[in-house]
Amino acid sequence: MNLTLKVWRQKGPEAKGSMETYPVSDVSPDMSFLEMLDVLNEELVEKGDVPIAFDHDCREGICGSCSLYINGQAHGPMQGTTTCQLHMRSFKDGDTVFIEPWRAKAFPVIKDLVVDRSAFDRVIQAGGYVSVNTSGNTLDANAIPVPKEDADMAFDAATCIGCGACVATCKNASAMLFVSAKVSQLSLLPQGEVEANERVKNMVAQMDKEGFGNCSVTGACEVECPKGISLENIARMNREYLKANVSPGK
Amino acid sequence: MTKLDAKIPKGPIDQKWTNHKNNIKLVNPANKRLIDVIVVGTGLAGGAAAASLAEMGYNVKAFCFQDSPRRAHSIAAQGGINAAKNYQNDGDSVYRLFYDTIKGGDYRSREGNVYRLAEVSTSIIDQCVAQGVPFAREYGGLLDNRSFGGVQVSRTFYAKGQTGQQLLLGAYSAMSRQISKGKITMYNRHEMMDVVKVDGKARGIIARNLVTGEIERHGAHAVVICSGGYGNVFFLSTNAMGSNASASWKVHKKGAFFGNPSYTQIHPTCIPVSGDHQSKLTLMSESLRNDGRIWVPKKKEDAEAIRQGKMKPVQLAEEDRDYYLERRYPSFGNLVPRDVASRAAKERCDAGFGVNQTGEAVFLDFAASFERYGKTEAKVHGLENASKEEIIKLGRKVVESKYGNLFEMYEKITDDNPYETPMKIYPAVHYTMGGIWVDYNLMTTIPGCYACGEANFSDHGANRLGASALMQGLADGYFVLPYTIGDYLADDIRTGEIDTNSSEFAAAEKEVKDSLQKLIDIKGNKTVDYFHRRLGKIMWNDCGMSRNGKDLKRAMEDIRALRDEFWSDVKVPGELNDMNLELEKASRVADFLELGELMCQDALDREESAGGHFREEHQTPEGEALRDDENFTFVSAYEYTGDPGKATLHKEQLEFEAVEVKTRSYK
Ligand SMILES: Cc1cc2nc3c(=O)[nH]c(=O)nc-3n(C[C@H](O)[C@H](O)[C@H](O)COP(=O)(O)OP(=O)(O)OC[C@H]3O[C@@H](n4cnc5c(N)ncnc54)[C@H](O)[C@@H]3O)c2cc1C
Ligand code: SF4
Ligand code: FES
Repeated sequence: MNLTLKVWRQKGPEAKGSMETYPVSDVSPDMSFLEMLDVLNEELVEKGDVPIAFDHDCREGICGSCSLYINGQAHGPMQGTTTCQLHMRSFKDGDTVFIEPWRAKAFPVIKDLVVDRSAFDRVIQAGGYVSVNTSGNTLDANAIPVPKEDADMAFDAATCIGCGACVATCKNASAMLFVSAKVSQLSLLPQGEVEANERVKNMVAQMDKEGFGNCSVTGACEVECPKGISLENIARMNREYLKANVSPGK
Repeated sequence: MTKLDAKIPKGPIDQKWTNHKNNIKLVNPANKRLIDVIVVGTGLAGGAAAASLAEMGYNVKAFCFQDSPRRAHSIAAQGGINAAKNYQNDGDSVYRLFYDTIKGGDYRSREGNVYRLAEVSTSIIDQCVAQGVPFAREYGGLLDNRSFGGVQVSRTFYAKGQTGQQLLLGAYSAMSRQISKGKITMYNRHEMMDVVKVDGKARGIIARNLVTGEIERHGAHAVVICSGGYGNVFFLSTNAMGSNASASWKVHKKGAFFGNPSYTQIHPTCIPVSGDHQSKLTLMSESLRNDGRIWVPKKKEDAEAIRQGKMKPVQLAEEDRDYYLERRYPSFGNLVPRDVASRAAKERCDAGFGVNQTGEAVFLDFAASFERYGKTEAKVHGLENASKEEIIKLGRKVVESKYGNLFEMYEKITDDNPYETPMKIYPAVHYTMGGIWVDYNLMTTIPGCYACGEANFSDHGANRLGASALMQGLADGYFVLPYTIGDYLADDIRTGEIDTNSSEFAAAEKEVKDSLQKLIDIKGNKTVDYFHRRLGKIMWNDCGMSRNGKDLKRAMEDIRALRDEFWSDVKVPGELNDMNLELEKASRVADFLELGELMCQDALDREESAGGHFREEHQTPEGEALRDDENFTFVSAYEYTGDPGKATLHKEQLEFEAVEVKTRSYK
């Protein structure tokens, strides 16, 4: 099939960007969206032009590198899908496709479609871990049984790939879904409980400092999250946060 | 030819590591603060190493080319991680894990290292659970296990189909904690371009800031390479797109020997190639083989009809199906090791029984599991007269809870629903058992330069059993390197900060800049991918699942010619001092074009079939791999001589004291 792509090009963080038009032809429905861009990039290189920069690595929907705002949707039209797992069979011959970077104050554009998501790392550094030494002298793994339901819920929260689609799609560019996923995972497990109060306070403080907006529980994030991270996590985090501020002693 | 000393400690196998640890020199905490360590790579090996070293008190500088350490390729691992916990009480033990690994590797790995791996495996699980890694659990709250190819016990711990992600997030969180304390300085979007040697010792690296293009000098008392495997030399593989050989290759060129470069693991259960545009292959976790049965039609006409879409696989009667693994290997069946399963699939497809359009696919069928699980579920729920349909529905639920995300992923990619029709799979390049040669301390032949995880060669021999790479990465990173590095660094407490203004740093920096500029200046006509794809074809056809002397010799010539063409005709647009993704790729492909030739040289030299290395000239009448223990019980370790195809071969003779070397059979 043949498509017209409208792609955001921006030379660098300070440069002014603009939408550029690129026709692509002979697109196979079996290609992934990124493979389609690969083909376009190869054509651009052959012509001596600078190819479009975008982030990607695993191409299996798990590393969270790929981003792209496609036709006004984070990761494109399919739900529960990263851009690398979006296939061209989701588009029709003759379509015009708009491709833009994640847009959020906390995610500055580096080049073209590549943005800086290191704010997420700093939120984790503020407390998204269990303070245990890597000494190998920890308790036997089966010494603390964890109810299967808790373990499953913790796992579900832990599947967040840190892609940032939730931020990109939120009208306030809030990072609540991401942060709450990590807070939930650790607060659901006995290992993380001791520091639960400190953790949630520190992570929320860092989140605010990074310039993410407020959560207005619209739920757009949940809809666009490729891993199905649910709003329940936000509720759980709010409870944790409240608890932490009511009983600061713990 | 020199003999290499692996420095394996003396004494009984089960005491080597303990005794060695007791004799390793220690660095006192006050002195650790004076020592800097560079860790290149933040996958399981690098992430664990960086966190542990920082925690011990060293100053760590960690590098990765992704935008965050959380995205290293380890994140993609699906199936699980082994550990000899014997929680299932099915007869597992450290010795058995050790034995399975040695046997699975076709007796081409080092006993001492493998035993240590099995020994520390149990601590890995404890560590990860303490960090909050949400492994799968049983209803009683205890950890759940499953089994993987090549073994008969359930020793694999898992977190649905996302084990790698959860383990990596564990290591990443341990790193994050140290970053927040200022003990690790993290350099995201930085690529190591070369190692710097001062007085023969590794004293730092040259890195490129991938955002600004700036070339930077970083000094340290030791450098640890955890940069992963080099499977992307084949272009199409299950590796992440950015995975590359450059860090390994650069240290090789600076004096680190390269071990067993030709040992490539081909994974049996990947989604088959669909077209020319394809950028990578997707793995379907091997754990699927626990419940899926592999087959092709017995009759060629049926295979033909299926290929042409005239017949649906579900229409084929049971007696017309050839469950070839169960037929050939009755005791292991669908759970034979990867090399055996891969070759068997290729054999059937080459014989004309392949089931997709290109004839390069076999079926992985879950129908029997739906029924088996469904029956149990019906009983559990007291449904005495459940219909077949109800049973299958119940069974599908069970399978969904185990592998749901994998089924989903398959459907997204192929547009086929694996609950309704069997999956199609074919072998693909997956993992490299070869890598930088290291001794028992994980030190390379460059003093002060270490290698961990997939980047080194040491633990898997000629074939890696499933769920062992994660185990090795974390073992190296959390529990081996942090101790062994002390032995070297203890002599460095008075060295003081490494001066990056020295002539050695200047020279290395200039070399890097010049070679990048050269790439940009060629201004030829062909894209980097064009060369990479062509190299991949040569490697897959001639140095892939099976190899022979004639083709390997030709491949070496072809690669040399391709390399010359690359250096005269590649086109790299953009600038040096800018984010330039084509330049990054070009410089990695330049290294693959050298490494590929070394791989062929090694494959040519090894006149035997072992594990992931199958030489057509050396097989039994039944088509099984034929090893030559008398002449090839050694590790090939290559020394760079200026010409990648003419490296000097050194041999590390492998001694087996604890196990008897036997023919590997899974019948
Ligand atoms: C799809 C898939 C599924 C798998 N499933 C399993 C499984 O179920 N069980 C199992 O045991 N194993 C599995 N494996 C294998 C296993 O995941 C890998 O072998 C292992 O994760 C490698 O870890 P590592 O830390 O050595 O390297 P990686 O995780 O590859 O990390 C490499 C790191 O090095 C960095 N790097 C590389 N080069 C440079 C450079 N020049 N400069 C700076 N940084 C650099 C990267 O940024 C990255 O941080 C799987 C592999 C794949 C591909
Ligand atoms: S919560 Fe979902 S959308 Fe947000 S970062 Fe995690 S995986 Fe991405
Ligand atoms: S490239 Fe890894 S999630 Fe898309």
